[in-house]
Amino acid sequence: MIGSLGQPLLFLVAFGFGFGSIYQRAGEGNYIQFLAPGIILMSVLMTAMFSGIDIIWDRQFGFLKETLVAPVSRFEIVLGKVAGGSTVALIQGTVVLILTLFVGFRPVSLLSLLPAFVFTFLVAVLFTSMGTVIASLMEDMQGFQLIMNFLVMPVIFLSGAFFPVQGLPKAIAFFTRVNPLSYGIDGLRGSLTGLFTFSPVLDLLVLFLAASALLGLGSYLFSKIQL
Amino acid sequence: MKNRRNIISVKNLTKKYHDLKAVDQISFDIKEGEIFAFLGPNGAGKSTTIKMLTTLLTPTEGDIRINGYDPVSDQSNVRKSFGIVFQDPSLDDDLTAFENMYFHGVLYKVSKNDRDSRIEELLKFVELWDRRNDFVKSFSGGMKRRLEIARGLLHHPKILFLDEPTLGLDPQTRKHTWDYIKKINKEENMTVFFTTHYMEEAGKVSQRIAIIDHGKIVSQGTSAELQKRTKTKSLEDAFLALTGSDIRDEEVSVVDRLRRGRMMHRH
Repeated sequence: MIGSLGQPLLFLVAFGFGFGSIYQRAGEGNYIQFLAPGIILMSVLMTAMFSGIDIIWDRQFGFLKETLVAPVSRFEIVLGKVAGGSTVALIQGTVVLILTLFVGFRPVSLLSLLPAFVFTFLVAVLFTSMGTVIASLMEDMQGFQLIMNFLVMPVIFLSGAFFPVQGLPKAIAFFTRVNPLSYGIDGLRGSLTGLFTFSPVLDLLVLFLAASALLGLGSYLFSKIQL
Repeated sequence: MKNRRNIISVKNLTKKYHDLKAVDQISFDIKEGEIFAFLGPNGAGKSTTIKMLTTLLTPTEGDIRINGYDPVSDQSNVRKSFGIVFQDPSLDDDLTAFENMYFHGVLYKVSKNDRDSRIEELLKFVELWDRRNDFVKSFSGGMKRRLEIARGLLHHPKILFLDEPTLGLDPQTRKHTWDYIKKINKEENMTVFFTTHYMEEAGKVSQRIAIIDHGKIVSQGTSAELQKRTKTKSLEDAFLALTGSDIRDEEVSVVDRLRRGRMMHRH
């Protein structure tokens, strides 16, 4: 867990202070204030995704067989996996949120933490489920780099975590619009700083639907695993 | 012989991987309370058969009944009926011995009272009670095996599948393990289905034996029957007589088939 805090901290400090003055000169205000919610969700996504992908290790070390012969419905197993992964990711997000306070991030109010938790939790469920989907389709860790470079990184970078999503070239704008993380980041940023790009209702709706769909797909694919 | 019901019944079971038949039209019945040995050379189809019997793999053809249930359509009831010790370890290395047992108890919904007392009894039996709070990753191969056997028995299954359970165990532990399994077999009328490469063990422990080779059952019966049929003096010789010569035959034909397949792709 401590190890996984290094990356968000590095992004926060390097990007936050590196681009801070340009961002301010462009008349957009405080960049740390803009960036912090993005960094929080980036680390939530990583943790969530990898606890889902963990199933591949279970498969390689044989433990998965013990779970698969147990008289428990596959949906329950996936639900347990997702609940566990999301909880860890939520804790991770909270710790990163506390770290951002040291770099100068200020949420608008204590009350704003409540909707912030809801958005963070949905993002955690969404990406743990996505991890389960991936793990059910892959037999070993061979495709890991592929997932990192063609899924995880694009989802993070094309989500509005680091830059505002308005006024983008059409192609990039399209990706940010179909990327569910964009809505998570908008929801969290809106909750913590009061500035929504989309609307909180749309954010909630998209996240909820995407999370449910992936959870369903994850359980379906998991139930199809044969050894 | 008492008129006991068939607890495992397999009819024309087949598993195909593309062109290769890993298991080819096998049929056998196992009576409740029987100890049944499933023998065969490496790659004969033993593990594939066990996977189909235990719901891990869907058969291509054929019919299976485990404790009266179908592993394809009634997975949950089948899963409740058996315990299994896999060929390779399936423990969670990051949990302690006790936690692995506890987790299994929860998965199989063993009641709280039974769970704690049985875990203690089983861990004491496999002599791991003193190490119950140590992580499994610090265990030797033999200790892991013992823990898996203890775990497989925790929910008092009607059928116990053992895929080479005594591989890598010293003779003392092997004897100890079989003594215990035989005891439960008698006391609880638990059916045991096991594979092994130790012919002596198979002959001594089992009541009936099936020998599988190249996906087909080549012979089944008691150890004495198999020896009589092959005119040999030990189970090991009977096994070699049944599986020895046709290894080459079949292998040539498999290679031939592959070669033909490849040529077809080229044209």
